[in-house]
Amino acid sequence: MAAVSSVVVLGGLALLIVSSPGWEDVQRTFFSWEVFRDSFPDVLRGFWLDVKLFLVVEAVVLVLALGVALVRSSRAPALFPMRLLATVFTDVMRGVPVILVVYLIGFGVPALGIAPDWLVEDPIILGGIGLALCYTAYVAEVYRAGLDSVHPSQRAAALAVGLSETQAMRHVIVPQAVRRVVPPLLNDFISLQKDVALVAILGPQEAFRVAQISAASDFNFTPFLAAAMLYLAVTVPLARIVDRQQAKARRRQGHVVPA
Amino acid sequence: MPKIPRSILAVALTAIAAVSLAACGDDDDAASSTSQTTATACQKADLALVTPGTLTVATDSPAFPPYVIDDDPTSGKGFESAVAYAVAEELGFTAEEVKWIRVPFNSTFAPGPKKFDFDLNQVSINAERQAGADFSSPYYTTPQGVLVAGDSEFADATTVTELKDAQIGVQVGTTSLDAVNAVIAPGKQVRVFNDSNDVVRALKNGQVDAIVTDLPTTLYLRDAVVEGSTLVGQFEAPGGDDWGAVLEKDSALTACVSGAIDSLRDSGELAAITEEWIGAEAPVLALE
Amino acid sequence: MSAAPPPVLEVRGVTKAYGDREVLRGIDLEVGEHRAVALIGASGSGKSTLLRCIDLLETIDDGDVFLDGQVITDPSCAAVGVRRRLGLVFQAFNLFPHLTVLQNVVLAPMRSHGVGRAEAEAAARELLARFGLQGREGDYPDRLSGGQQQRVAIVRALATHPRALLLDEVTSALDPELVGEVLALVRGLKEQGMTMVIATHEMAFAREVADEVCFLHEGRVLERGDPGRIFSAPERPETQQFLRRVLEAGRL
Ligand SMILES: Nc1ncnc2c1ncn2[C@@H]1O[C@H](COP(=O)(O)OP(=O)(O)OP(=O)(O)O)[C@@H](O)[C@H]1O
Ligand SMILES: [Mg+2]
Repeated sequence: MAAVSSVVVLGGLALLIVSSPGWEDVQRTFFSWEVFRDSFPDVLRGFWLDVKLFLVVEAVVLVLALGVALVRSSRAPALFPMRLLATVFTDVMRGVPVILVVYLIGFGVPALGIAPDWLVEDPIILGGIGLALCYTAYVAEVYRAGLDSVHPSQRAAALAVGLSETQAMRHVIVPQAVRRVVPPLLNDFISLQKDVALVAILGPQEAFRVAQISAASDFNFTPFLAAAMLYLAVTVPLARIVDRQQAKARRRQGHVVPA
Repeated sequence: MPKIPRSILAVALTAIAAVSLAACGDDDDAASSTSQTTATACQKADLALVTPGTLTVATDSPAFPPYVIDDDPTSGKGFESAVAYAVAEELGFTAEEVKWIRVPFNSTFAPGPKKFDFDLNQVSINAERQAGADFSSPYYTTPQGVLVAGDSEFADATTVTELKDAQIGVQVGTTSLDAVNAVIAPGKQVRVFNDSNDVVRALKNGQVDAIVTDLPTTLYLRDAVVEGSTLVGQFEAPGGDDWGAVLEKDSALTACVSGAIDSLRDSGELAAITEEWIGAEAPVLALE
Repeated sequence: MSAAPPPVLEVRGVTKAYGDREVLRGIDLEVGEHRAVALIGASGSGKSTLLRCIDLLETIDDGDVFLDGQVITDPSCAAVGVRRRLGLVFQAFNLFPHLTVLQNVVLAPMRSHGVGRAEAEAAARELLARFGLQGREGDYPDRLSGGQQQRVAIVRALATHPRALLLDEVTSALDPELVGEVLALVRGLKEQGMTMVIATHEMAFAREVADEVCFLHEGRVLERGDPGRIFSAPERPETQQFLRRVLEAGRL
């Protein structure tokens, strides 16, 4: 039944679009097979750059953000300055548009004249730093929500069996927190995967830029479609994988029955 | 629904036809027939001029080098000043019979009557502008210019080969990217920026070794934007802008000015003027 | 006299306040080797707080706690080291839900006692089997009944060979039919000579297992003594009232 209704709805929509008076133009400028075929290899090469940058930034963010979240959740009075710093950092980075941060790091750091040559000459690293800063702030807040959601008695139980505070965090609280925040983390993953294209403003020819260059030369927007399909090819399976893992985790541990 | 795009298409086609007609001036046949036109219909006495007996030529205020030196077009010094006097001479005017007036860039090709016989002001020929004004056949096609920091290892390059190892930056949506890839074929992937501000920023920061823009922009950047920069040279590439003299829409003079420019081109004089005033600023890079 | 070993646990004049609220007002307690002391008292009388203070999960305001004759409530004393020598089981939420039964049990031996994985796992399996939990090693806690979960929690506390076991109402969150299996386990521990402090509302159990019963009331030990005497002939009116109320609730 669901299948039938989906077919009817999607089919109806498709029919509406295809029979619209502007469809021919749209098809020519957005869905040209020849243009698609010609531009795809270049766009794909650009996309590979996006994927590499995404993977590295994501890995860095996952680690840094956890650090920031742990600092913000810490209670030790000695960590107060760090806590303040972490709070200011997250507030600022969450409040500023990603593109602005990428721009400021990408052009501002080299302008200072103190950065080493390898950094100045590598827009991918500069852009990656900008992205990592923003997403560290986002992801840190996600982690923090996860840490807060772990019942305080878990910490007490961990200490009671003889673990240190650090061990309690590492083996008991953080693993539970991380498991709980996988869905919101995935959302940030997906938006990072898209925001990676922002490094284009610093010069590298990543997928979006390649599509833009290609489109500018003949006013055909099909290369953008090629880029969009590549992005979807990564984000959709990612979403499905995590859905499945979530379901598995639910089946396996689900809600915890109070003893 | 396809009506609107088709009408746009029609305008575009007309424009393309117009441009290709103008380009026909290059053909030997056309050139000879134009010369004939010059000989017959373009007699100085028969020309419909703003001020009879005087050729009124317009340029911008102020006018910049290398197009006009010292903002004094009457000196004949500067590329467009020199072109103007050469055209005047072709049409049979003495230097004394040329009068200069100043017209802001945007008014030159705005529809309506003109106070000049023709205007030289680095105006690129395009369909939109041709709807409101006439353009002569082009007296200049912009090449690409290469700008580097003054202390750059690439400042002394005289061939495109020497630029192969440079990290080059261009602006997106311009012809520069294709030009660089086709002519220089650099080893490092060209960096493509959103706008000229970013391109300049990258050069100033040392994020790129060289930036490539059309030569007039390169000159402007060197003189007014990037202090201490060096214009390494220029190279030709397809897709450059064509500059034409601007005349009143449907002016009888258009064919005469075009004819004069075409014969200057055929005789090699236009090339000599170009080399004298622009080549001096930006040596042509050897293609090796 | 001087040759007698010190009690395993000794609490002397311990006070604790949360803000203005005095929760412990000078507690004295002694638990000798192999002895089980039951803490009874109304809700809010301070039983849990006392156990948490002994395990250094809370700081005390005054007084001292000694473990094997050594003061452990001194600020210079490392809390982690003390907690490794004691076992504490709460009334609920003890197990780590992201770890299997076996992982729950081996975590502390491996991480805080430096026991190798193979050795820790072998010991854990043996302990689990001893307490009727064989076959459940690979299960996650939510697959166990509440009673099984509490048994695993106690096994986990035993895995580090504590000097004394502190049990805080380990059956009070359980359905009645599950209480028995947990109490049987504690009974077994007592027979094996485990030193224990047992906060409980199960009066019959306290009477059967404990060597001594302490009645806590508003942060003080009002009455203490032999279980038989406390339950049959309480001296203090507060104790009498408490026991009467428990009796009315049908728990004795
Ligand atoms: N973290 C805390 N902050 C403030 N007050 C607290 C805190 N923990 C316990 N208390 C208070 O201390 C008093 C003693 O609590 P405690 O948990 O020790 O009682 P209990 O004897 O264990 O009660 P129950 O039988 O209900 O478990 C209570 O009044 C309680 O409200
Ligand atoms: Mg309690």
